[in-house]
Amino acid sequence: MNLSKIYALSLRHIFLIKSSFPRLLDLLYWPTIQIFLWGFISKFFTLNSTYYNNTVGVILTAAILYDFLFRSSISYNMMFLEEIWSRNFTNLFISPIKISEIIAALTLTAIFRTLIGMVPASLIAIPLFGVSIFSVGPALIFLLISLYIFGVTLGLLVTAGLIRFGPSFENIAWASLFFLAPLGCIYYPVEILPEWLRVIANALPLVHLFEEMRNILMNNTVSYLPIMKGFLISLLYFTFGVFIFYLAYFGARVRGTLINMGE
Amino acid sequence: MNVKIKNLYKKFENKIAVNGINFNISENSTLGLLGPNGCGKTTTIGMILGLIKPSKGEIYIDGLDINKNDRIKLLEKINFASPYIELPKKLTVRQNLEIFARLYGVRDIENSIDQIANDLDLKKFIGKKTGELSSGQKNRVSLAKSLINEPKLLLLDEPTASLDPDIGDFIRGYLEKYKKNKNVTILLASHNMSEVERLCDEVIMMKNGSLVDEGTCNQLIKKHGRSNLEETFLKIARGK
Ligand SMILES: Nc1ncnc2c1ncn2[C@@H]1O[C@H](COP(=O)(O)OP(=O)(O)OP(=O)(O)O)[C@@H](O)[C@H]1O
Ligand SMILES: [Mg+2]
Repeated sequence: MNLSKIYALSLRHIFLIKSSFPRLLDLLYWPTIQIFLWGFISKFFTLNSTYYNNTVGVILTAAILYDFLFRSSISYNMMFLEEIWSRNFTNLFISPIKISEIIAALTLTAIFRTLIGMVPASLIAIPLFGVSIFSVGPALIFLLISLYIFGVTLGLLVTAGLIRFGPSFENIAWASLFFLAPLGCIYYPVEILPEWLRVIANALPLVHLFEEMRNILMNNTVSYLPIMKGFLISLLYFTFGVFIFYLAYFGARVRGTLINMGE
Repeated sequence: MNVKIKNLYKKFENKIAVNGINFNISENSTLGLLGPNGCGKTTTIGMILGLIKPSKGEIYIDGLDINKNDRIKLLEKINFASPYIELPKKLTVRQNLEIFARLYGVRDIENSIDQIANDLDLKKFIGKKTGELSSGQKNRVSLAKSLINEPKLLLLDEPTASLDPDIGDFIRGYLEKYKKNKNVTILLASHNMSEVERLCDEVIMMKNGSLVDEGTCNQLIKKHGRSNLEETFLKIARGK
């Protein structure tokens, strides 16, 4: 991998965000709205439910972490869509940059795009609702890394679909990916799901990560085993995502769609 | 760089776009790629760039196969411009050139950009967003991008399509000077016959995916008994 090429591609997206106020606003706006919405829901449940009794902010913390995952995958995918929209796609694929370097650049840059929105939103929650995601403690960093890897993986899969099927694939992609959300057990324990769905849910990293987050906040104990499990499953999916991306790229070379992908 | 195309063949689903063509481009020469719409010019260029995988046949650039592991190494010395690809609209001209300079590993980025901006007369709008330029200005920026790595093999797909005669002439004049001063091999696909006559040392003519004629412009004109390349093109394309 050539770091200066990875930097060059990242720079393209940094220039874009810096130059476009609407894009910046977009990055800041949605996470903040989420905080408000889930902040109030969280407050309501904390006062009125026995499950969440005395554990202010479990819901809001879950919402922030879930939004972090969601923003990561959108960020990843958006950067690729920008290349298609701007018809820069072909320029990129004929420059001497490897596919692995493109994936690396997008993965590294997506974190900036994500943090631009998530850091202010997470900080706002502290004075506004008295909820700090930092109360999860040092395990937070591992939760975030695992969620990020899985988020990027979803972005990678959607992007692979875009290369394979063209830009019209986008809607189907998001719809089918967020079909996974109910299985992530973000706001409720996995026992809510019927037995057969639990099997699928357990094969996703989200259950393990969110269950442990709730355990940390509600029982004040940390167990790194489920976090490790979530992390490893995420990594496995990421590897799979990279593989699918390569397949899509080689498929596009056969079909000739890299030279003038329509809009 | 020299290019050797052997038995190149491309079939998309059920359409044969390129039907077993052979040609060479010798080092530092300019080859014109002519032929009616849909005859397979862009597909051929796409295959030379390694963007389209040939169904059969081989492409050697300086003896290396673009479809093998040498692709990235070769791409550092190749570039491509065409009106149907663009640069990011929200970035300024300078930002775009900087990014591609970095991607191509250009050493002295500032100087290279200034030099090219000077040569292609981009200075007045180099700080402007690329999307805000006129199509003639955009076209020059695309050309600048394609020259940023001082390519040894330059592929041009209808570089002056949709330009007014004045800017078209400016670009042709620029390319004429450029190829005289630099060591560059050019493949030029074009529908503009006077452009081809002015720039190309030799031409090949495609029809329905096959190569139907080749030679210098004068050879072809003579062979078909016409007075210029335009009439010769019409004769070959219409098959009479
Ligand atoms: N990705 C693709 N999938 C299917 N068919 C394709 C694809 N790209 C090109 N074709 C077909 O292959 C043939 C050759 O197309 P190509 O774009 O190479 O022609 P061309 O000579 O560049 O034409 P023009 O002068 O109009 O640019 C056409 O019939 C075209 O419809
Ligand atoms: Mg074409």
